[in-house]
Amino acid sequence: MTDLTRLNAAETAATIASGEASAVEVTQAHLDRIGAVDEKVHAFLHVDTEGALKAAKAVDDKRAAGEKLGPLAGVPLALKDIFTTKGVPTTVGSKILDGWIPPYDATLTTRLRNAGIVILGKTNMDEFAMGSSTENSAYGPTGNPWDLTRIPGGSGGGSAAALASFQAPLAIGTDTGGSIRQPAAVTGTVGVKPTYGAVSRYGMVAFSSSLDQGGPCARTVLDAALLHEAIAGHDPMDSTSIDAPVPPVVEAARNGNVKGLRVGVVKEFSGEGYQAGVVERFNGAVELLRELGAEIVELSCPSFTYALAAYYLIAPSEASSNLARFDGLRYGIRVGDDGTRSAEEVTALTREAGFGPEVKRRIMLGTYALSSGYYDAYYGSAQKVRTLITRDFERSFGSVDVIISPTTPTTAFPIGERADDPMAMYLADLCTIPANLAGNSAMSVPCGLAPEDGLPVGLQIIAPALADDRLYRVGAAVEAGFIARWGHPLLEEAPTL
Amino acid sequence: MTHDLVSYEDALKAYDPVMGLEVHVELGTKTKMFCGCSTALGAEPNSQVCPVCLGLPGALPVVNAIGVESAIKIGLALNCEIAEWCRFARKNYFYPDMPKNFQTSQYDEPIAFNGYLDVSLEDGEVFRVQIERAHMEEDTGKSTHVGGATGRIHGATYSLLDYNRAGIPLIEIVTKPIEGAGVRAPEVAKAYVAELRELIKALGVSEARMEMGQMRCDVNLSLRPHGEKKLGTRSETKNVNSLRSVERAARYEIQRHAAVLSSGGTIVQETRHFHEEDGSTTPGRIKEEAEDYRYFPEPDLVPIAPAREWVEELRAGLPELPSVRRKRLQEDWGIADHEMQSVLNAGAIDLIVATIEAGADAASARKWWMGELARRSNEDGVELAELPITPAQVARVSALVSSGDLNDKLARQVIEGVLAGEGDPDTVVEKRGLKVVSDEGALGAAVDEAIAANGAIADKIRGGNLAAAGALIGAVMKITRGQADAKRVRELVLEKLGVQG
Ligand SMILES: [Zn+2]
Repeated sequence: MTDLTRLNAAETAATIASGEASAVEVTQAHLDRIGAVDEKVHAFLHVDTEGALKAAKAVDDKRAAGEKLGPLAGVPLALKDIFTTKGVPTTVGSKILDGWIPPYDATLTTRLRNAGIVILGKTNMDEFAMGSSTENSAYGPTGNPWDLTRIPGGSGGGSAAALASFQAPLAIGTDTGGSIRQPAAVTGTVGVKPTYGAVSRYGMVAFSSSLDQGGPCARTVLDAALLHEAIAGHDPMDSTSIDAPVPPVVEAARNGNVKGLRVGVVKEFSGEGYQAGVVERFNGAVELLRELGAEIVELSCPSFTYALAAYYLIAPSEASSNLARFDGLRYGIRVGDDGTRSAEEVTALTREAGFGPEVKRRIMLGTYALSSGYYDAYYGSAQKVRTLITRDFERSFGSVDVIISPTTPTTAFPIGERADDPMAMYLADLCTIPANLAGNSAMSVPCGLAPEDGLPVGLQIIAPALADDRLYRVGAAVEAGFIARWGHPLLEEAPTL
Repeated sequence: MTHDLVSYEDALKAYDPVMGLEVHVELGTKTKMFCGCSTALGAEPNSQVCPVCLGLPGALPVVNAIGVESAIKIGLALNCEIAEWCRFARKNYFYPDMPKNFQTSQYDEPIAFNGYLDVSLEDGEVFRVQIERAHMEEDTGKSTHVGGATGRIHGATYSLLDYNRAGIPLIEIVTKPIEGAGVRAPEVAKAYVAELRELIKALGVSEARMEMGQMRCDVNLSLRPHGEKKLGTRSETKNVNSLRSVERAARYEIQRHAAVLSSGGTIVQETRHFHEEDGSTTPGRIKEEAEDYRYFPEPDLVPIAPAREWVEELRAGLPELPSVRRKRLQEDWGIADHEMQSVLNAGAIDLIVATIEAGADAASARKWWMGELARRSNEDGVELAELPITPAQVARVSALVSSGDLNDKLARQVIEGVLAGEGDPDTVVEKRGLKVVSDEGALGAAVDEAIAANGAIADKIRGGNLAAAGALIGAVMKITRGQADAKRVRELVLEKLGVQG
């Protein structure tokens, strides 16, 4: 019998729909895989064995009753621990929410359930999604399945590692500055940050409200598209949710084609700090696109130089306010409440003990940037840069259909290497941040292994807001082109653990 | 802590008061500002909450459209401009009764701005109060501090939190500095809040019951020497909860500031608490430096851009505003300015209108409310509207008088009976047997009896001394226990004695 964990999501759904394997069997196979390898990988913070099997059973019952199944019914999924799950712990990778059991499901969680997708458990992440390595998790780091001594990217390292280690064929991530795309790049998987507002943020614990965006993670472009379709769409509970039809992403993923497409290469996404092997693989992708009939156009977006600086003012500012609610009074841990201390003191002690250093650093940055007298110079200026970046994108998309770049300047670095150097860590998001600031859609798709270290390299594709289907059209073409060249998907080369 | 005060007169001789009034109005929407929870008062603590108004991780706000509509109506009624585009902002500060530790409010982009409200003082003088802005925000939860002496947090052993109120829509209405009111400043403050309350009620956006905390006023006050342009340091007296208290708080602060300033001291910028018992204020927290709320635009909500057509639709649909209504009623009733003013001062306007609507004519409705009932409300020390009699009942009494079933004296007894809880007017008439004797036979017999018993007086009348008739009428009234129509009695007396009236 085939190893059910090696199937991609579309194949898994077909297997279940045809009756070749039941959803319970598929789920059990993945639970067994988790049991076998996750001690090494540490992709999951919480495995919901009971809930997963129950959900799988419901799919099997539905099928037995002759009801129509959705395109991903019975397919297991690893959910980033930033989405609330009723009755299942949600920690956001933070000690401050240790033991919190949400009383409600995020809209995304509800949509997954309604689609018959089986949630295996909650995946590890940098605390409050602040980080690029998952080392900032209060519950210990996650290993990169390609090399367990290296980081799986972040903040959604757990979700990406779960995919790359075949513990789940689908995963959910969130992307504030690259937290879906960068982990996808360094694990050889596919990750999509949809247009801002495409996927509801209701029930997704906020880091930076104007940048946060949930999105699909998978091992293939088509799987990502299927998941995208399941989770996107207007939600009246999220005021920033887009009230428009979801772009035809699945259709685009089935029709990968770049003939006549104008593909922009931005000058500012190159130069110092880019690893040679990353540049080499990126150039290979450019060549592939040209061979497939795309027209390559060189562009300049001068404002992108300031994107990182603007991001590190806007995101911490919003975070400083979003994280104020964690005061130990209503949920999560409470420290120092011995009857002698005031509420204010208990709140201070709780936050001192509950937040990790990176979270504290950003709260302080944001508090400072919003302070009266500094607001205009910091938050105000950052918003102006944001406008300039949006304009640079708009201008560029006047002459090209998509923009491409390396997803991240380097391959996965060793765990611990940048832990004490926040600036070096922040550079991992150099290429991904502009799309968040402008609200565009963007994808990372594998484009090979860097020759010098044999680790995956990601190609980033950026499309205008509401044109997410272009990502899938280009991504599917690139994916097919490389598989034809390599003779197999990239992940076939990953260690089996 | 008490302060030496200078007399109010002396304070005003030396200083010119400047006030700023900030009024919070809880809107009467069915649901909260950013979630679907009920706003009904009096529910079990923490029974009207959800992930949104509890600020649970991941929850997001959605704007209550009725809240926005109400804010625009208030803005229009206050002659404000309505923003074409505005945003919510987060006001960041930590407080246990605020679930998110920021309040969703508006900062530099209020929904309504630059308006005014004309208020009439007790003598009919009209004072124009300039409005700076009206903006939308959410209420906080409620803390109950247990174990302290004063119910305040200081000295409490623990506090209870009720989040039912958290997220109830509030409109904050802020005046520009009120200058030039001089000695009448406290009166202006009271009249402004009273007029605003009437306006809010007329708009139907809130019941604006101050005693229920649905409307609360912060009184900011400073003094400056006469002729000085620069504003003095202000104190902020928080949450003043009745019209009378607004006036008293302003008056007290004028006297206190004057005492401090004239003895060479400086006013500390601070919030103060008002005490109903003695009308004093005491310091709350000192604002050593302006609190930094780190306002920034609320990223979880999209900007509000009320379409101009909608605003005009709302403007056209505004109900008659209190000042216009008062003018109309005064004309309808045909009364003088000072008479109208006393109706207003007595809080009788709605009662009279309701009585007229229940069938009474304007003159008698006004007569009963401003006469007998005003007297009773004074005696009993209760508001006119709190008297246990309804406008419909007053209208019934009035109808019984005009039909001749009651005379004024009997009518007063009926009202007394209603106020004493004996039932509605007809029941009181029945139970107390208070009907004018209209049976001609019975009345005639009573007149005969009176004539027989007062022969000398009857003779005087027969002799042409009509003034003596009063004594005979009095006698008949005594026999009928006041239940006769005096006019008819007079006719009968004269008729029976063969004298021409
Ligand atoms: Zn609620």
